[in-house]
Amino acid sequence: MTAARLERRLAELRTARRPALIAYLTIGDPSVEDSLACARAALEAGADVLELGVPFSDPTADGPVIAAAAHRAIQAGGSLRAALRVAEALRRESDAPLVLFTYMNPILAFGERELPSAAVRAGADAALVVDLPPEEGQALRGAAREAELALIPLVAPTTSRERMDHLLAGARGFAYYVSVTGVTGSGDAPLAEAGREAAALQQRSGVPVVVGFGIDTPAKARLAAAAGAAGIVVGTALVRRIAAETSPAARLAAVAELVGALRSALEPA
Amino acid sequence: MTAPAPRPGWFAEFGGRFVAETLVPALAELETAVTSIVPSEDFQREWRELLRTYVGRPTPLTRATRLASRLDPSGEALAALWLKREDLCHTGAHKINNALGQVLLALRLGKQRIIAETGAGQHGVATATACALFGLPCEIYMGELDVERQAPNVSRMRMLGARVRPVASGSRTLKDAMNEALRDWVTHVRTTHYCVGSAAGPHPYPTLVAELQRPIGDEARAQLLAEAGRLPRAVVACVGGGSNAIGMFRAFEADDVALYGVEAAGEGIETGRHAATIGAGRVGVLHGARTLVLADDDGQIVEPHSVSAGLDYPGVGPEHAALARTGRATYLSATDDEALAAVRDVARAEGILIALETAHAFARIGDIARRERARSGAAVHVAVCLSGRGDKDLATLLARGLGDEVAS
Ligand SMILES: Cc1ncc(COP(=O)(O)O)c(C=O)c1O
Repeated sequence: MTAARLERRLAELRTARRPALIAYLTIGDPSVEDSLACARAALEAGADVLELGVPFSDPTADGPVIAAAAHRAIQAGGSLRAALRVAEALRRESDAPLVLFTYMNPILAFGERELPSAAVRAGADAALVVDLPPEEGQALRGAAREAELALIPLVAPTTSRERMDHLLAGARGFAYYVSVTGVTGSGDAPLAEAGREAAALQQRSGVPVVVGFGIDTPAKARLAAAAGAAGIVVGTALVRRIAAETSPAARLAAVAELVGALRSALEPA
Repeated sequence: MTAPAPRPGWFAEFGGRFVAETLVPALAELETAVTSIVPSEDFQREWRELLRTYVGRPTPLTRATRLASRLDPSGEALAALWLKREDLCHTGAHKINNALGQVLLALRLGKQRIIAETGAGQHGVATATACALFGLPCEIYMGELDVERQAPNVSRMRMLGARVRPVASGSRTLKDAMNEALRDWVTHVRTTHYCVGSAAGPHPYPTLVAELQRPIGDEARAQLLAEAGRLPRAVVACVGGGSNAIGMFRAFEADDVALYGVEAAGEGIETGRHAATIGAGRVGVLHGARTLVLADDDGQIVEPHSVSAGLDYPGVGPEHAALARTGRATYLSATDDEALAAVRDVARAEGILIALETAHAFARIGDIARRERARSGAAVHVAVCLSGRGDKDLATLLARGLGDEVAS
């Protein structure tokens, strides 16, 4: 299981010629219970993989929407431990791959040697640490290898081709191509270009490469997928929808609607 | 057995480069510039010429006789007190040494725009000044609380042509300004140089900023040898991110000289409302470096507090974390009230209005002198980095009742 579950699921999707739909949620916005319910709704509406966003007080790679969500989430009890509890609950009822999405500081507070096995015990398959380039975090990497927790590499438009290949060498699960030089929620991502880059990188490395940042409509999802991305990530758009609703039922409906629309857009023609 | 060579950018277990992948190539480019351009004769000539003819370096070393006898009336502990006068730098603080160096570097890297964070506004003013001098557009991020409490520096930045961007998130102070500056940099990294204002942040910034601030200590050491005929027993500096302190310490690290950093204890460390990162922090990652940070058990950064905007920061440069860990330097703290009192004392004893940041260092001089006297058995010489002037703090000082006339 673990990294292997993620890889197996992505291989299945590939065989079915279906780009993976990856949904990001900030755990704890507006409450940890709501996040669990939204996660279920996203899976039901056709998300293939969930990113469980650990709220961090100083999210420097995030734009205003996710940064505000993180602050609300922290007030409401969101944390790395809460994200692990959500993973545990989801794992009891679903086989969908779960990715912890976090900054490094919550991991250090938890214990970088302890986190990977705790994450795998909770049912997580991978972790994406936004501020951890491959040169850093050797203790965490060692523990992750041992626990079979995939550490998802990020690739950016500023990354040289040489470095891209280095980043992906030995990667488990998938790699995340950041579509835009910017923070999450940036509006004008060149998604067709990002999709092509992702496809080329996937071809060279054999690792599935998904595209994220700036995908907020079915049309944009299709653009990245049609250009060859192995999957797309929706984050800010989903967080924004959840924040816009005031009742739990409306939140679930909003999640189902957006995820459903993205799912339909990604179905093979 | 030989110890493994330390990785560049690491100080013991602290430092590194913990940033989003988007920034890694820019930091790698900057790292190359730090090792190739900064030591080059061409760069050194231009930078040092500016320090001499524009900043006013070397800054003087002043002997503070009246303050010394006030702090140690019997004269048993403090044989002499020496002030390294960074307040006499153009723009009023040590920050200009770094800002000019980084802007020169940015020009050589072909960057067309400069951004910076600022707390007290001194780094913002210094960066705006360097940008005006070279005709570069400049944007300064500053927490809303600091925009209020350091208003004169906001006006100065605007007068110099910089755009000041108030930051409304978090504690609305230096940490939040740095968050926004990093977000700007991630978005405009191809064209923009981020002029980090302290010896903090991802590699190579701590190394670069320390190098650009080392004239403070180099000059002070030579001046002390010339004026006092000896090295001091102790060197003291305030620590926000740690740039004036590391600039002062570097020159004395190989000497038998005690190094003291003074952090902001705010309303008292026990109240939880402070910025004493080394005194009360834990290992974490903030703004790109593994260092000591103020954080809770979930790894959320705890909002710091200090009356001094420049020390109101929940992290510290990684080199200081390492110097504290190895014991080569000692870190103490001073409260808001102690710092405020020190501003008044120094003004009235020496005729120098020091910055609230700087005042933290002055608040511990008496204790340090007594401590070092106990160790060495004789009255000691102490040298303090007077990192900046306090004009910017007048509103805070008046609001705290420090402007009241002296009872005659
Ligand atoms: C006069 C002065 N001293 C000290 C500091 C603290 O910074 P650092 O620790 O980098 O010297 C500041 C920062 O704003 C300052 O303005």
